[in-house]
Amino acid sequence: MNVDATVSLPTPPRRSLSVTTGRDRVRKTKQWLAFLMLRGAILIVAAALAVIIGFLLVNGLSSISWSFLTEVPRNNMTEGGIWPCIVGTVLLSLGAMAVALPLGVASAIYLHEYAQPGRLMRVIRLGVNNLAGVPSVVFGLFGLGLFVTVLDLGVSLLAGWLTLGVLCLPVIIGTTEEALKSVPATYREASLALGGTKWQTIWRVVLPSALPGILTGSILGISRAAGETAAIMFTAAVFYTPKMPTSMFSDVMALPYHIYVLATAGTEIEKTRPIQYGTALVLIALVLGMNLFAIFLRAWLQRRGER
Amino acid sequence: MRRSTREILIKRAFMATAVTSLAVLALIMVFLFMEGLPAFSFVSVKGFLLGMDWYPTDEANPAYGILPLIVASGAVTALSSLVAIPLGVMTAVYLAEIASPRVRAVVKPIVEMLASLPSVVIGFFGMVVMAPFLQDYFDIPVGLNLANAALMLAFMSVPTIASVSEDAIYAVPRDLKEASFALGATHLETLLRVTIPASLSGIGTAVILGMSRAIGETMVVLMVAGGAAVIPDSLWSPVRPMPASIAAEMAEAPFRGHHYHALFATAMVLFLVTLCFNILADYISHKHSQTGSASL
Repeated sequence: MNVDATVSLPTPPRRSLSVTTGRDRVRKTKQWLAFLMLRGAILIVAAALAVIIGFLLVNGLSSISWSFLTEVPRNNMTEGGIWPCIVGTVLLSLGAMAVALPLGVASAIYLHEYAQPGRLMRVIRLGVNNLAGVPSVVFGLFGLGLFVTVLDLGVSLLAGWLTLGVLCLPVIIGTTEEALKSVPATYREASLALGGTKWQTIWRVVLPSALPGILTGSILGISRAAGETAAIMFTAAVFYTPKMPTSMFSDVMALPYHIYVLATAGTEIEKTRPIQYGTALVLIALVLGMNLFAIFLRAWLQRRGER
Repeated sequence: MRRSTREILIKRAFMATAVTSLAVLALIMVFLFMEGLPAFSFVSVKGFLLGMDWYPTDEANPAYGILPLIVASGAVTALSSLVAIPLGVMTAVYLAEIASPRVRAVVKPIVEMLASLPSVVIGFFGMVVMAPFLQDYFDIPVGLNLANAALMLAFMSVPTIASVSEDAIYAVPRDLKEASFALGATHLETLLRVTIPASLSGIGTAVILGMSRAIGETMVVLMVAGGAAVIPDSLWSPVRPMPASIAAEMAEAPFRGHHYHALFATAMVLFLVTLCFNILADYISHKHSQTGSASL
């Protein structure tokens, strides 16, 4: 039975709200203006990225050719390609990851799975945060003092790996912790309930589910290491070397250092501009490519996690 | 081996690894002091920190005063903060409060990509694009100067400031905002009087971390700041901040000579400054961390 049809309620008289509308309009306008400013800020940030990438694309694309990518520099680095720099940067960043990944993942496992909140955990976290804030040139001096001089590794791939490895450590620890956080507590409880020990639970249950997140972190770490200049200029990278690296004690050329050298120290800065643009374009393609891959990987993981 | 013994050993091993970061930090400090402190055998602490002349390679009369370098570092950092703090905080507010999920999915990667741009590329951009532009537009003798370096540094610290502040703004409890809306406040009024005050400690941490990144950033100031070790008298003066001096001169400094030790001592100053900034950031974020609505 329809009740509304039989009982008709008296409609309340409409009160005019005109007393407040004027002020409301001002408040609304203020909000609109403020949000417009916030949108402007976003536009500035996006424009900065677009201008830098666009400028490198416009000027650098014409330098990129197969021979540019695969040949060695010739004629005082004013001609030829950047193949040794590409090899050097790839070797440096992969090696840095080989140093940072085991240390970083193990540290994160300790911090997230084992450590109880307390003084030790607090101090370790403070250490990690401060390590993340150490200027890269200081890492360079540290590498020069410890790895190059005291351990007598010389300016070499190995010294660069160790220096870049400790530089990337905080990145790996941070992203691994995020990955561990995203593993549901129920997984751990299920494993423990089946009689698994803490370590069995971590090794067989927690780490496999956190693996994609750790992978994302290591990609970000590699891209950080690949773009780093100040930390390798005293430890691994040289101005120019005619030979390709043969062992981990060889010195190498690297993309970021090559840009810096050509743009500031060469005798023919203007003449080598095309090489500088080309090298910078290759470097950001490498770095941003890896970052985009990591961003998509993470978005895909989040979607998978929500399902 | 018994299961429990093995478990304890594994835990110990992880603990030992986790201490690596601390050990590295300690080692960095040891090496900087070991190579830097000998500098004070040929220059007094006061003469080093407050000396006006930096002529480390002068044959007859070398001078090791880093005041111009300290002032330069302070000036580029302060100036870049003027740009980076508003821009970074506004980006964070937009991302955390206003952007729709779809806009956010586009804008957040943009900020992250800006953060990942290698500093040498930003320095290169400052050299070949910004410097000639400033030179023509403002009719100044050199385009590589304080203002240019500060601008380039600003774009490096915006992502740091934005992402740390965003987390803080995001963490403000929902009921605080709802209470404000229920009282009839607009979104903007809620933002200005509730959300931002509640996340102020996080934003403070973000600003300090961003500034610390700007002080320590090397390649940008090395390539763009101009390199003159004098106290700047205008926005357009070329300057030589501490990291630039270290990176530029280390290769030429004779091993364990006076110049070498003076550069390590400069790095020591730089390290201590960033250490203070980071400890301050850590202190603020722990001391005033927002736990529920009770601490507001």
